[in-house]
Amino acid sequence: MSEIILTPLDQPEVPLEASNIKPDVFAGKTIEEIKNIEILHGNTPVKLSDFFEVTGESSKNPAELKIIIDGDVDRTKRIGEGMSTGEILIKGDVNMYVGAEMKGGKITVEGNAGPWAGQTMMGGELEILGDAGDYVGSSYRGDWRGMQDGTIIVHGNAGNEIGEYMNGGKIIIKGDVNIMTGIHMNNGLIIVEGNAIARVGAEMAGGTIVVKGIVNEFLPGFEYLGVEKDIEVDGQTIPGAFYKFLGDHAIKGAKGTVYVAVRGNGHIVP
Amino acid sequence: MELIIKNGFVYCPQNDIDGEKMDICVKNGKIVESVSDNAKVIDASGKIVMPGGVDPHAHIAGPKVNIGRTYRPEDSKKAAAKFKGGRAGSGFSVPSTFMAGYNYAKMGYTTAMEAAMPPLLARHTHEEFHDTPLIDHAAYPLFGNNWFVMEYLKEGDIDRCAAYASWLLKATKGYTIKLVNPAGTEAWGWGGNVHGIHEPAPYFDITPAEIIKGLAEVNEKLRMPHSIHLHCNDLGHPGNYETTLASFDVPKGIKPNPAVGSRDTILYATHVQFHSYAGTTWRDFESGAPEIADYVNKHDHLIIDVGQVTLDETTTMTADGPMEYDLHSLNGLKWANCDVELETGAGVVPFLYVPRAPVPSVQWGIGLELFLLIKDANKVCLTTDHPNAGPFTRYPRIKAWLMSNKYRMEYIEEKLHSWAQRRSSIATIDREYTFYEIAQVSRSTPAKALGLSDVKGHLGVGADADIAIYDINPETTDPSNDYMEIEKAFENASYVLKDGEIIVKDGNVVKTREHGRTYWVDTQVEEDIYQEVLADVERKFKQYYSVNLENYPVQDAYLPKSAPVKGVML
Repeated sequence: MSEIILTPLDQPEVPLEASNIKPDVFAGKTIEEIKNIEILHGNTPVKLSDFFEVTGESSKNPAELKIIIDGDVDRTKRIGEGMSTGEILIKGDVNMYVGAEMKGGKITVEGNAGPWAGQTMMGGELEILGDAGDYVGSSYRGDWRGMQDGTIIVHGNAGNEIGEYMNGGKIIIKGDVNIMTGIHMNNGLIIVEGNAIARVGAEMAGGTIVVKGIVNEFLPGFEYLGVEKDIEVDGQTIPGAFYKFLGDHAIKGAKGTVYVAVRGNGHIVP
Repeated sequence: MELIIKNGFVYCPQNDIDGEKMDICVKNGKIVESVSDNAKVIDASGKIVMPGGVDPHAHIAGPKVNIGRTYRPEDSKKAAAKFKGGRAGSGFSVPSTFMAGYNYAKMGYTTAMEAAMPPLLARHTHEEFHDTPLIDHAAYPLFGNNWFVMEYLKEGDIDRCAAYASWLLKATKGYTIKLVNPAGTEAWGWGGNVHGIHEPAPYFDITPAEIIKGLAEVNEKLRMPHSIHLHCNDLGHPGNYETTLASFDVPKGIKPNPAVGSRDTILYATHVQFHSYAGTTWRDFESGAPEIADYVNKHDHLIIDVGQVTLDETTTMTADGPMEYDLHSLNGLKWANCDVELETGAGVVPFLYVPRAPVPSVQWGIGLELFLLIKDANKVCLTTDHPNAGPFTRYPRIKAWLMSNKYRMEYIEEKLHSWAQRRSSIATIDREYTFYEIAQVSRSTPAKALGLSDVKGHLGVGADADIAIYDINPETTDPSNDYMEIEKAFENASYVLKDGEIIVKDGNVVKTREHGRTYWVDTQVEEDIYQEVLADVERKFKQYYSVNLENYPVQDAYLPKSAPVKGVML
């Protein structure tokens, strides 16, 4: 696999928008050509080399290309937006919309990611080793057609409205989440290994949410179905005892499932 | 400023010009007999010349349009454009104001009407007109569910109702008497709707038929330029063509009486596609268009526009509140709902006309059936009820569908659900529109219906120099086969002139910040009745309105190019 290394020179106060940083665009270009790829500084088009040092070796085939961003890009948005293949490794923090609308390939963020990571994802894998912001794997603002497929793994904590309008795929948050995880969810799977504050599965019509930690407050629109042990989700077994709920009956004909660990959650059972 | 457009193939139905090669002379914003040798020359050889397009019914300005914009960011994402020297904009089905103006201009349209203005929110509508550049415009205030109107008509007091209408048109700078689901939107305030035209509104105890007839009488008494503009009851319900036919019959016999223009109709029925449904449920739903077209063919007191479905993802918006609730229940998508105190209401719901789905495919067929089964293009106007059946930016495609049977068959066979041919007769109709008929449905017919035929929709001497030039050579282009060329040419006009100024060149907007005229109707009624009605209005404002009467009328400052049209009450 060929590697292109982008070393951030300076992260400006006005953010960069860099949906062109992806193997689909870099493949088949020389280093010089890659340096001239257009990104946006605010609303001004600039060259990639104005803000990044570019080294390494390109490949004709985007599937065999790995882009390594060697440092924090906490003022750069939309890295890997819409990518379909290949790899991106970010050795630091990244700003909003990393991997938005991605269709394939893999993005790894070693630091933290801003909001809207993996928005309306269609496929591929997005792994964030630090924390993620709000709206991980959500739909575009206003749209009711959310994430379709693919996997998002966040090793740290995540914010509000994870997996909004999710239609498929998988989101795993190893840390804690804020409110409204899985809001309007229609299909797919969300696993929260830490705690969730409140309103898990608000107005969900389908799909599955598993919370292994503590849920402070639970919505009244869910029907309690009893305790299940060593649950089977997405072809794998999650060990432990879980309260099972069906809902959210605030929506007509809703068939969403929420599992919440028995331990520490006695207060949410009717 | 003088200008001469040379050698174009001119289509001007109002003056019976059918593709004749001739020159058009322009001086000081008007079309004139001749110009001096100093006139600037536009070479239109091998091109079509038509009057500027007139859209008699679209939703482009005002509160519900703005709700559509704010609650559909995903629609803004679908289309964004930067206009050189102009304002950037976004929105596919609900474009931002500047973008709407530019998009109309690019297609050769120079006049477009906002078809539903809540009187209380007239100011918002005019504010958006202020920011919609280039096109002349007017707004239609809503009367069909207004408490004053319902009470006066209940008492049979046509004179007082006319005086009230006269005041409201002046106060809101409105252009016509618009009815949307008469009595039904008021019923929606009580959680219901009316069905058919003989079910009364709750409390007011007045039926849609009584409101339609009363307002038609008011309209002619005030000598309005346009007839009553009716959105019939039962919109979008299978079997509603019977309601539609019954509504058409209601005002029959009233004499047209316009003070200006040359209309001879007393009823304008809008987006009739949505009102031409047979069957009883969505399962046995089918086209009722042949019955409607037959009625239109046999009667002279009415004119319609179509509301053609364009098979896009769009945003529905209408003052027909209960209908929007039905739609939201049907498709489960987000829904906005609003009650405008004492006057009207509205709803907004996104909609996907999926070509492969059975119902939209039939709706598409019904619209085209109306176009093709109504024999006289003087009786039908081209609209999509923008954005309800599709965005106005699809007009070029509709023109291509009308001109090419082959294009229609390609849709029927390759893109549409089989219901399109089984539940409507569209696949059996091979009529194709001529350029002359295209100019009728998009120019002369709407201009005449609106009472603006003195200045709009034609290229005769004295008309506003609103002119569109398209890169189509009727001698070498065969619309039947070259339908994609037709569509493309109508999308991006070679030249568009507005009041004699070039505003579009080679499909690009070159004049970006010019205001259009605002037409409104200034009617006169007898002073005694007017004062009595004003006293009524004052009392009702104190009693029920949440605003003061003094804060209600739209100030003149809102209209940078005010164009009052006279009407008088006999």
